Amino acid sequence: MAEGKGGVSRRGFLKGFGTGVVGAAVAAKVRLGEAAPQTSPGWDGKVPVVLRVNGKEYRLLLEPRTTLVRAIREHLGLTGTKVVCDRGECGGCTVLMDNKPVYSCQVLAVEAQGHEITTIEGLVQAEELDPIQKAFVEHDAMQCGFCTPGQIMAAKGLLLKNPSPTREEILRGMSGNLCRCAAYPGILRAVESLAKKAQG
Amino acid sequence: MKNFEHVDARSLAEASRLLTEKPSVAIAGGQDLLCMMKDGLLEPARVVNLKSIPGLSRIVYDEAKGLSIGALVTLSELEEHPAVRQLYPAIAQAAGLVGSPQIRNLGTAGGNLCQKPRCWYYRGHFPCLRRGGDYCSAAAGQNRYHCILGGDPCYMVHPSDLAVPLVAFGARVEIAGPKGRRSVPLEEFYIPPRVDVTRETILRPGEVVTAIVVPPARGRISAFVKFAERGAWDFAVASVAVVVQKGEDGKLMGGRVVLGGVAPVPWLAPKASEALTGSELSEAAFGRIAELALEGAQPLAQNGYKVPLTKSLVRKALRMAVNA
Repeated sequence: MAEGKGGVSRRGFLKGFGTGVVGAAVAAKVRLGEAAPQTSPGWDGKVPVVLRVNGKEYRLLLEPRTTLVRAIREHLGLTGTKVVCDRGECGGCTVLMDNKPVYSCQVLAVEAQGHEITTIEGLVQAEELDPIQKAFVEHDAMQCGFCTPGQIMAAKGLLLKNPSPTREEILRGMSGNLCRCAAYPGILRAVESLAKKAQG
Repeated sequence: MKNFEHVDARSLAEASRLLTEKPSVAIAGGQDLLCMMKDGLLEPARVVNLKSIPGLSRIVYDEAKGLSIGALVTLSELEEHPAVRQLYPAIAQAAGLVGSPQIRNLGTAGGNLCQKPRCWYYRGHFPCLRRGGDYCSAAAGQNRYHCILGGDPCYMVHPSDLAVPLVAFGARVEIAGPKGRRSVPLEEFYIPPRVDVTRETILRPGEVVTAIVVPPARGRISAFVKFAERGAWDFAVASVAVVVQKGEDGKLMGGRVVLGGVAPVPWLAPKASEALTGSELSEAAFGRIAELALEGAQPLAQNGYKVPLTKSLVRKALRMAVNA
């Protein structure tokens, strides 16, 4: 996890505060190491799942009902992706699956196997923010910031498919993401700034 | 969501077997199914993945045979397919108006046709005939989004946008199941509440949709219009698809007018469809077709607005089709 470099992160502090949580995490790791290949659920209803997230391979034991967003957040500790509505309506959980934006709350983790998953954490390359992240900062494309990872991943997916979208295409491409602070004008400016760059 | 066993089916025969051995559901894109399961409306012991079956995600266009849309084709793929855009614009338009980009990237054509009702009483654990209750809560409840045609005893509206132009084009659904394969016209795939209020489609246990086959376009023109309260990611309050041919005499001939969002099934309007033949391309003629399309509408206490709204959508769809 790329967190808390030279300091205590808020999440790290909260995690450490509940020793029960730490204990559970350790226990899960021990079991993970012992996992033998299996095709039907074990006594605890779990199955082995291999996920490729941000270029890294993760071997997990998950209940088949585990959604991709739960696997990413609770089993991989990549908490940039948010669960908000958990019904595929708000876009807070948007990740890229094979470079296409999807709602990770609406994908079963077992069915994400064999696909390349990219989360907000995967955009940072060698401490350098992705151009979309920079544009969101420059254009004040957020207020509370909770929807921002999803917005950025939706924008990333849109620009990967169409590097120079028109304003109409941006509105359509970003229509699956809600912002309750209504930072939409800033979001539109941020994505438009990148579209213009692509146009020349 | 209750836990379940998850199995990748390798063939249609295996899927049928897996689906009938214990209480099971088939999953394609999962965009509606997972909501149903999270809300506790479906609690299967087994989820059978259809995405592992080869050959169900192709779009094939043949001038003689028409358009074949594999059940696993995503709505994005359908919307962007050149032949669909060129020859069946209403289908591309409807696919592109479903949900959001994220939903269209995973949601499939087959799954879109097999969506469960979006009625808030059905989804919200209120008394509901469709879920085995004693009465329909919508009949005398909050019913501004409910149906104005074909209701009684259940007043849901069919949630699929895609089904509307597909019925208008005369599409058939191909089905595979334990007893082999069958093919039915899409309008016969859906069960009106008067026939059986507990089932939405004719699919029997172990059966799955494998493809949708649309007859050759042969110069037919088409349009789909959808009215929703939000500009994005919303279900239709009302929608209309028109498929028709322009005759050499400058009048219309043949074709279908189909309404969405106003009935428990995609609503093929027979009198309006018949009236297309011989119709002039004038606002007055389009107005008469719109009147016929809504003939027999019986609004509930809160949804009378859907009648004039849908009439105006019929006129708009006709204008769009003939001017395209």
